[in-house]
Amino acid sequence: MAKSITVDSLDIYYGDFLAVEGVTMTIKARSVTAFIGPSGCGKSTFLRSLNRMHEVIPGARVEGKVMVDGQSLYDAAVDPVAVRRQIGMVFQRPNPFPTMSIYDNVLAGNRLNAKKMKRAEADDIVERSLKGANLWNEVKDRLNKPGMGLSGGQQQRLCIARAIAVEPQVLLMDEPCSALDPISTSAIEDLIHELKTEYTIVIVTHNMQQAARVSDETGFFNLKAAGQPGHLVEFNSTQKMFANPDNESTEAYISGRFG
Amino acid sequence: MATTVVADDTGRAKPRLGDTIFSRLALAAGIIILVALAGVFIFLTIEGAPGLVKPASFYGSASTFAGYVAPLLFGTVLAAIIALVVAVPLSWGIALVVSHYAPKRVATPIAYVIDLLAAVPSVVFGLWGITVLAPKLSPVYQWLEEHAGWVPFFAGPASTTGRTILTAGLVLAIMIIPIITAISREVFSQTPRLHEEAALALGATRWEMLRLAVFPYARSGMVSAVMLGLGRALGETMAVAMVLSAGGGISFNLISNTNPASIASNIASNYREGTPGKIQVLIATGLVLFLVTFLVNFAARWVVTRNERKLAR
Amino acid sequence: MSVTTAPVRPSAESVSFTAARLPRFAPALVGVVAAAAAGLPVLLLGWGVVAWAIVAGLVFLVALPLWARVVEGSRGATDRLVTGLVWAACIVAIVPLVSLLYTVVDRGLPRISSTFLTYSMYRTSLDQEVGIYHALIGTLLITLFAALISVPIGVMAAIYLIEYGKGKRLARWITFLVDVMTGIPSIVAGLFAFALFILLFGPSTRVGIGGSVALSLLMIPIVVRSTEEMLRLVPSELREAAYALGVPKWRTIVKVVLPTALGGIVTGVTLSIARVVGETAPLLLIAGLTTRTNFNVFDGRMTTLPVLIYTQNANPGIAETAGGIRPGIEIAWGGALVLIVIVMVLNLAARIIGKIFAPKTGH
Ligand SMILES: Nc1ncnc2c1ncn2[C@@H]1O[C@H](COP(=O)(O)OP(=O)(O)OP(=O)(O)O)[C@@H](O)[C@H]1O
Ligand SMILES: [Mg+2]
Repeated sequence: MAKSITVDSLDIYYGDFLAVEGVTMTIKARSVTAFIGPSGCGKSTFLRSLNRMHEVIPGARVEGKVMVDGQSLYDAAVDPVAVRRQIGMVFQRPNPFPTMSIYDNVLAGNRLNAKKMKRAEADDIVERSLKGANLWNEVKDRLNKPGMGLSGGQQQRLCIARAIAVEPQVLLMDEPCSALDPISTSAIEDLIHELKTEYTIVIVTHNMQQAARVSDETGFFNLKAAGQPGHLVEFNSTQKMFANPDNESTEAYISGRFG
Repeated sequence: MATTVVADDTGRAKPRLGDTIFSRLALAAGIIILVALAGVFIFLTIEGAPGLVKPASFYGSASTFAGYVAPLLFGTVLAAIIALVVAVPLSWGIALVVSHYAPKRVATPIAYVIDLLAAVPSVVFGLWGITVLAPKLSPVYQWLEEHAGWVPFFAGPASTTGRTILTAGLVLAIMIIPIITAISREVFSQTPRLHEEAALALGATRWEMLRLAVFPYARSGMVSAVMLGLGRALGETMAVAMVLSAGGGISFNLISNTNPASIASNIASNYREGTPGKIQVLIATGLVLFLVTFLVNFAARWVVTRNERKLAR
Repeated sequence: MSVTTAPVRPSAESVSFTAARLPRFAPALVGVVAAAAAGLPVLLLGWGVVAWAIVAGLVFLVALPLWARVVEGSRGATDRLVTGLVWAACIVAIVPLVSLLYTVVDRGLPRISSTFLTYSMYRTSLDQEVGIYHALIGTLLITLFAALISVPIGVMAAIYLIEYGKGKRLARWITFLVDVMTGIPSIVAGLFAFALFILLFGPSTRVGIGGSVALSLLMIPIVVRSTEEMLRLVPSELREAAYALGVPKWRTIVKVVLPTALGGIVTGVTLSIARVVGETAPLLLIAGLTTRTNFNVFDGRMTTLPVLIYTQNANPGIAETAGGIRPGIEIAWGGALVLIVIVMVLNLAARIIGKIFAPKTGH
């Protein structure tokens, strides 16, 4: 049962610097939500605040509410480690652990909790996760080779396999295709399509076509002016966003006219 | 340009006089380094080789050079190992605090204080070791002898002055902490942020993140830091010479006065009464020390370069 | 895109983010309890403050993870244990430094006076004042000559490695040997100078310049390393710009490259001086010991500050009053304080120079 996420007037800070201001939105369960917007408007920052990765940066903090399935993420009683287990993340650049094999990379998250896993059980998780990430057929004969030996696109799918191996509720992806070639990109887009039947997916992208292709809903972030915090300009179904957005600047951005 | 550069028939510009002189000077400086190091080896060999085959009377209670140097080598290694056992975990702990645990405004002063530790001359450490540390440890040794005497290390009789190999090892530990910390800190903080975040995003605690992302990446740096610390501990002279009151042969008893000196401290304490013949023996032991530290440092470099190649792949 | 086995799915049941956690004040609470708990045996058995701190620390390191284990499970417990351990390591390492600095100041300061700094230990009658002037001069001169030897060699060797030797076999050898030199124990450097000078000038030679030679052996690798690093930082566009103006290579190096790297090189040299100024062992062997002030490094014995500290401590003489401090010990501590001040000042100077000359980026 994937989760929906409700965000209510969220302000995100780096130290004293207000990076993102007043975001309110509801991200539907089992759908793909895309964030677009110019560079530096706080898409990554916002995304990282959804699984409490934001606070990993010294001095970083948030104000406001993020509710996942009725629980507030930033309650004092909430354990950020538990949050990150439930809300997985895939980064812009593929980052498999360099000293681990493909097999160990997939299991990295699972091993944290269950110290002793039966071999058969582990094999099963690896196979299912790699199949889930559409990577199984390409690597099944070299599971013990280092994960860094794969191509960029394969590495990124390995990272997705690693993220879904711990069976999270939500998958956050920060420009997962920006370091990849078109073929790997389309492999990942296909994968996102398949995954959305099971997961709630949030993806940041600079590629309008990609947002249009993969997402059900789209949020447009922008800066009011240089030096001002980023904010959410418009949040609508992808169809509407690309066909006739409510906001002028959204239309300008999508059609390539900035400002 | 054409007026100042005369090309010969191969088309190469003829070097100017200034360039020639300057590059020769630079080359000469490089060669001096080669020669100096060869010189270290040659002169130590010339002066030390006779020390290898002296009549038995030159070797104290032993009768051969090997018999003479073996306990000293043992003392050197034992003190260094004690130092490592104490210093390595502490240094890694400090390095982790600076790189991953402390907020920046705490981490910077800590790093500064540890660098300060590196600047203290070894003779001052020695002075502090015998005046402050040794008397403080003496009751501890007595206690250990009474309550843990069944452990061979603490068999006793406990030294009343506290000037034992364990004290010397502890002083050495304090001296090598800054070295090991500095290198480890560097490699810990060079871990790509990407890998750390990958671990955190999987729901790792901070310690799990360190194990998953930082240690595998830093392993070779950690090993070479330890090796360099070991090299320093093996070669350190004054702190050991001042703190350790040596006497006796090979023994694992750490809290009494029955331990051999280290090679370096033995040289420092005995060169003065030395007749030329005796001094040749001391120089020969110095040659042994040189070879040992050389091997340790060499091993450290080897670990690093091997791993650099591995990570580069 | 056919998936044969069942794909991984999010677990069906509703999950909670609120893993059981210790309250935020838990470490503070455990700390107070540990301090109190450790106080009990200390009061009963009459132990000192040190024992109390150690016991309290151990109690804390055991109790907090145990509590966490009950509430948070083993992962949380391990994490808390490690956090406690690394911080403990920090505290444990800082204690000896504080003790050392305190002792040096506490015992050295009373001995410092203008006579202490301006008198040598040579005296013609027993009631004359003594001081460390001769050792200061010895340290100054021997270190100065060491710098005079090693700075030109070190800097020029670095220039060879960076500007001329790139990729040559000889350069690789030099790089390797500089590494080897970094690891030479100081006593071995002393033995080398000793062996060299007794071979050249007879078995009882003791001379200041011998100490300088030994120290240069320790300084050169530091100077080469730091200079190399600085030269590497000089952007190659700068060199190319000079070449394009028709400036010959050597003038480019002297007029463009070296001035750009100057701050870093000076910092490196200063640090290398700070490193060798406290060296004892090599000087003990070759520079010898004297009570007089000797201004000539090429002739006769020279005492340096570290050697003075060592020998005064080893042969402290007899206290004037029974149970008093022996004069040599006092001198040793006074000398230690002066030596530490010199080293700290050099380190501070290096840092400041480094800051001032730090390559300025952008205007
Ligand atoms: N670690 C940080 N410390 C301080 N400020 C930061 C940090 N990371 C980002 N910022 C600031 O926060 C703002 C938003 O950055 P963010 O990386 O979220 O933008 P983005 O929309 O993801 O941009 P891009 O499309 O280039 O990835 C920017 O002004 C940026 O300078
Ligand atoms: Mg971004």
